[in-house]
Amino acid sequence: MTDYDVVVVGAGPGGSIAAKTAAEKGLDVLLIEKRQEIGVPVRCAEGVSKEDLEKFVKPDKRWIAAEIEKAWIFSPDETKIELSAEKAGNEVGYVLERKIFDRHLARLASKAGAEVRVKTSAVGLRRENGIVRLKIRSLGREEEVTTKIVIGADGIESKVGKWSGIDTTLKLSEIESCVQYLMTNIEFESDVTYFWVGKKFAPGGYIWLFPKGEDAANVGIGVMPSIAEKKAKEYLDEFVRKKFPEGEIVEVVVGGVPINGGLKSAVADNVMLVGDAARFADPITGGGIINAMKSGYYAGITAYEAVVEEDYSAKFLKKYDERWKNDFGKKLERNKKIQEKLLKMDDETFNKIAKSLEGMKIEEFSVKRLVLEVFKKYPKLFWDVKDLIF
Amino acid sequence: MKRIIVNRYKCAYCGACVSVCKFDANELVETYLEIYPEKCTLCMACVKTCPMGALEVVE
Ligand SMILES: Cc1cc2nc3c(=O)[nH]c(=O)nc-3n(C[C@H](O)[C@H](O)[C@H](O)COP(=O)(O)OP(=O)(O)OC[C@H]3O[C@@H](n4cnc5c(N)ncnc54)[C@H](O)[C@@H]3O)c2cc1C
Ligand code: SF4
Ligand code: SF4
Repeated sequence: MTDYDVVVVGAGPGGSIAAKTAAEKGLDVLLIEKRQEIGVPVRCAEGVSKEDLEKFVKPDKRWIAAEIEKAWIFSPDETKIELSAEKAGNEVGYVLERKIFDRHLARLASKAGAEVRVKTSAVGLRRENGIVRLKIRSLGREEEVTTKIVIGADGIESKVGKWSGIDTTLKLSEIESCVQYLMTNIEFESDVTYFWVGKKFAPGGYIWLFPKGEDAANVGIGVMPSIAEKKAKEYLDEFVRKKFPEGEIVEVVVGGVPINGGLKSAVADNVMLVGDAARFADPITGGGIINAMKSGYYAGITAYEAVVEEDYSAKFLKKYDERWKNDFGKKLERNKKIQEKLLKMDDETFNKIAKSLEGMKIEEFSVKRLVLEVFKKYPKLFWDVKDLIF
Repeated sequence: MKRIIVNRYKCAYCGACVSVCKFDANELVETYLEIYPEKCTLCMACVKTCPMGALEVVE
């Protein structure tokens, strides 16, 4: 007998959906979160696709800060490309209030029957006789719980993978180093997301502005440490000083986004990794909320099947790998390849591309569509990855 | 002895530095970054990754 069927480590979107799914299936689930308040400090620009989000939760005004209709992409010489959200498949439709959103998801997990404990960290794990002894520190007290399965949803700083023999270490070319300011006193369109691309703005990444209602917006940057010459914060400060000299910073958000295209396998004996812990963020957009939720769902389902079959081996849990690969694995792989191409382009090329697409009506708001349009004009740029695009 | 230190006034406890450490030499404990000098090889990966410039090498 174990204390639990499943212990989920980390109550971000990935962990909460995993816990909710497993609990709904009738498993004994413990969801632990090391922070004392779920959702803070936020590490996110909070943009998500409407359709994808609505597959998991009913949209609620309490955690939706803005609805987005368009994206404006600016090249280094600030030529503008416009994408509009007229068709389905858009990457950003809502800007969330993650502080409230994350708590809402944790509450759904607890409503489904999961036990939730905050200010409770996983500090080590050991496998014994086919089960796991997980060491936790809860409000300062160390204890050990036994479980059949551990779902590591412990984000960018994940240790669950390392403890169970999965190498999750990111190279300096596999992470975006990010800083973001919530700014007021600045001018922007409240239904538009803005992107500034090119090495001039952000080597190996981009600068974004995501509105959070009429009078505040997330203005942030991601840079790749392997090629950046300065700290992310320095690039952002320079941009903000020039672009929004009157702006006030009312919140600072800091974080890393994994952009290696995901782990090859996210399972070990008794263990599955989901979300950022499995490095499931998109290598181009940096978006990771939806993949965290999807993988959480698949891990929850697979945990249920494993408990029914009483088989917690890596071999059985490979079912989870199959599930996430069938869903978004291909897209991660494709976008990783495209991202490597983009990385090689100089600012002049970005300017040229933007000039050729300026004023064009692009009615879909997705990386795929944008790359397709570029491909039509400059087939050479993406020639060797064309099979991935079509 | 050379070692990495964290400037706690700059650190935003985001965990980015933990994800690039091959040697398991750092850890984000709740909202507090720990560095374990006995495991650290001074590879500098964390220093280069920190978005805030909160990590530095001292003698
Ligand atoms: C600046 C920035 C901007 C971003 N913008 C976007 C965006 O616009 N759209 C988008 O989709 N994605 C965005 N992302 C990515 C997105 O935030 C993540 O992909 C998403 O939060 C991943 O969810 P998760 O559940 O896997 O992990 P997280 O949300 O990181 O949750 C992990 C949780 O695990 C907890 N934890 C860690 N270790 C332990 C332990 N040992 N014991 C207990 N608990 C532990 C942590 O405290 C944390 O609460 C952005 C990221 C950054 C840094
Ligand atoms: S990357 Fe920098 S800001 Fe983030 S936890 Fe590490 S030292 Fe602190
Ligand atoms: S210098 Fe290298 S080994 Fe030391 S803590 Fe930083 S990343 Fe880890």
